[in-house]
Amino acid sequence: MTDTPSPLEIHDLTVSYQRKPVLYGIDLVVGEGSLVGVIGPNGAGKSTLIKSIMGMIPHNGGWVKIFGKPPGKSCSRVGYVPQRESVDWDFPVSVLDVVLMGRYNHAGWFRRVGKKDRRIACECLEKVNMLPFADRQIGKLSGGQQQRVFLARALAQESDLYLMDEPFAGVDAVTEKAIIEVLRELKSQGKSLVVVHHDLSTAREYFDQLVLLNMRLIAVGKVEDTFTRDLLQKTYGGRLTIFTEVADQSAGIREYDKERRSVSSME
Amino acid sequence: MKEPFIRDFDPIDTFVTPWATAADAAWNGQIVLMGFLVCLSCGLVGAFIVVRRLALMGDAISHGILPGLALAFIVMQSRALLPMFFGACLAGLLCSACIEWLQRKSILKPDAALGLTFTSFFALGVLLISLHGSNAHIDPDCLLYGEIGLIPLAENLSIAGFDIGSRPLISMLAITILVILALTIFYRQLLVSSFDLTLAKTLGLRINLIHFGLMLLLALTIVSAFEAVGVILVVSMLIFPSVTAAFFFTRMPVILLCSIPLSVIYSCGGFFLARWLDCSIAGAMVVVAFLCFVCAWVIGSQGGPLQRAPHLRRVVAES
Ligand SMILES: Nc1ncnc2c1ncn2[C@@H]1O[C@H](COP(=O)(O)OP(=O)(O)OP(=O)(O)O)[C@@H](O)[C@H]1O
Ligand SMILES: [Mg+2]
Repeated sequence: MTDTPSPLEIHDLTVSYQRKPVLYGIDLVVGEGSLVGVIGPNGAGKSTLIKSIMGMIPHNGGWVKIFGKPPGKSCSRVGYVPQRESVDWDFPVSVLDVVLMGRYNHAGWFRRVGKKDRRIACECLEKVNMLPFADRQIGKLSGGQQQRVFLARALAQESDLYLMDEPFAGVDAVTEKAIIEVLRELKSQGKSLVVVHHDLSTAREYFDQLVLLNMRLIAVGKVEDTFTRDLLQKTYGGRLTIFTEVADQSAGIREYDKERRSVSSME
Repeated sequence: MKEPFIRDFDPIDTFVTPWATAADAAWNGQIVLMGFLVCLSCGLVGAFIVVRRLALMGDAISHGILPGLALAFIVMQSRALLPMFFGACLAGLLCSACIEWLQRKSILKPDAALGLTFTSFFALGVLLISLHGSNAHIDPDCLLYGEIGLIPLAENLSIAGFDIGSRPLISMLAITILVILALTIFYRQLLVSSFDLTLAKTLGLRINLIHFGLMLLLALTIVSAFEAVGVILVVSMLIFPSVTAAFFFTRMPVILLCSIPLSVIYSCGGFFLARWLDCSIAGAMVVVAFLCFVCAWVIGSQGGPLQRAPHLRRVVAES
């Protein structure tokens, strides 16, 4: 055991909007170099969890520590990819401007953006295949391209902990593969990533740890232990019926389970 | 004989006579310069106000300053400049703070919160003036529409015995310089916190402080400008430059720079238009701004009708 504080530690976190609790008693520790998926139905509080980790929403119980410090103190070590809907796409900035924003902390707030920062910003755009669009206004991109720009900005921040709210939303299969490659590369560099994800069919393949969330923490741990039919059912409540197929396939439901179901459907 | 609805256009009288003698040129020069400074400082601050979706906050602050003006007068029993200035700024800031508080803490819709707060402030000001201000010589017309034509009449400021020029002009110049300095120094902070609050917070910015700073700058600008253009027209000076430029350009620095040529066009155009029609200069400036806006919308490359209708563009190209 090293005594370096873990990148993200949450204890008994409770968050509510106008007295209506949205998250209850969340406990979570994210270790160095882990790629964690957060899964749960719409309205489960995934975005709320990410935002309260960032300190954007006040919480009314428990605490969050990022590298052993409260969020306000060490936020500069956090990179954040927002959910698409929360961005003002008409804003007069170009793709490169957005990525350069991620460099402001490194470049210094009052100095000119140097060649080095510009080069890093371009490299990050290159990684997500968006360099040809560097001069476009951000509203004039497709949804998937916009998503990639924000990923590039997070990369440019060179953070140690990344929080991403649905980076795969509206992204085509090829891009999704490219993004997951980037995420894995970050992980191999010892960075920690917490990624909100919606697609159960790929969750198992992409992440090595999962957080199952539905207002409460349903389960957290290695994919093998958490991606089970029971836990997923519990997470999605009764609503998982449409997911069952997917869940079964990828959870690799044991053969006798299938047989049992086919028997019951014949009855 | 009945006056014609529109006066005949007399190019000599419009363009040459104002500059015929040195005294005339000095007088009219001050007016045009004042117009330019008002447009420039408002346009620069306004660009950030508009991208933050706070366009109407300018309206709110400009009306909210009234009780501050009135109170300063009643307390000081004089039209001393500094108390009036700070009273107005304070009232404007208080008004914006009330609006934000209501928007955050009550169930009111944001626009309703804004509308009822600044009208209440304005009403309070009207009440104070009519109760105690009969000798205040606060002229409602001047307050609402401003009178840029009277700027050269204002008293002169002098520092250490040196006459440095008309008081409103000098204070507007000082505010313009302040605005330019503040926006260049804190450009990145303003840009990031306007575009993405979460990122601003991650990067360790004090977003509330930045917001307050911008509101302060807005209040200072409005208070120094309202004497010239009034509390109503100042709002158009905040909004027009950046939205006009946005039809051509999609990057913040360029849009900010555009307020320089636009301010020249507004102030000179407004002056000559008013000269021709013999009407309010401030009003004419806003009309010019509006015409520029329409032209920009038609020919601009960002989403105007010409852009949206390719066959129209061809017609124009052929003609
Ligand atoms: N600003 C807000 N005010 C009040 N309630 C809110 C607000 N934002 C979210 N909520 C509520 O909090 C709950 C959790 O919302 P959240 O956005 O965290 O869900 P999510 O898990 O991210 O969902 P999705 O998958 O749709 O993104 C929802 O029930 C929602 O109605
Ligand atoms: Mg969400």
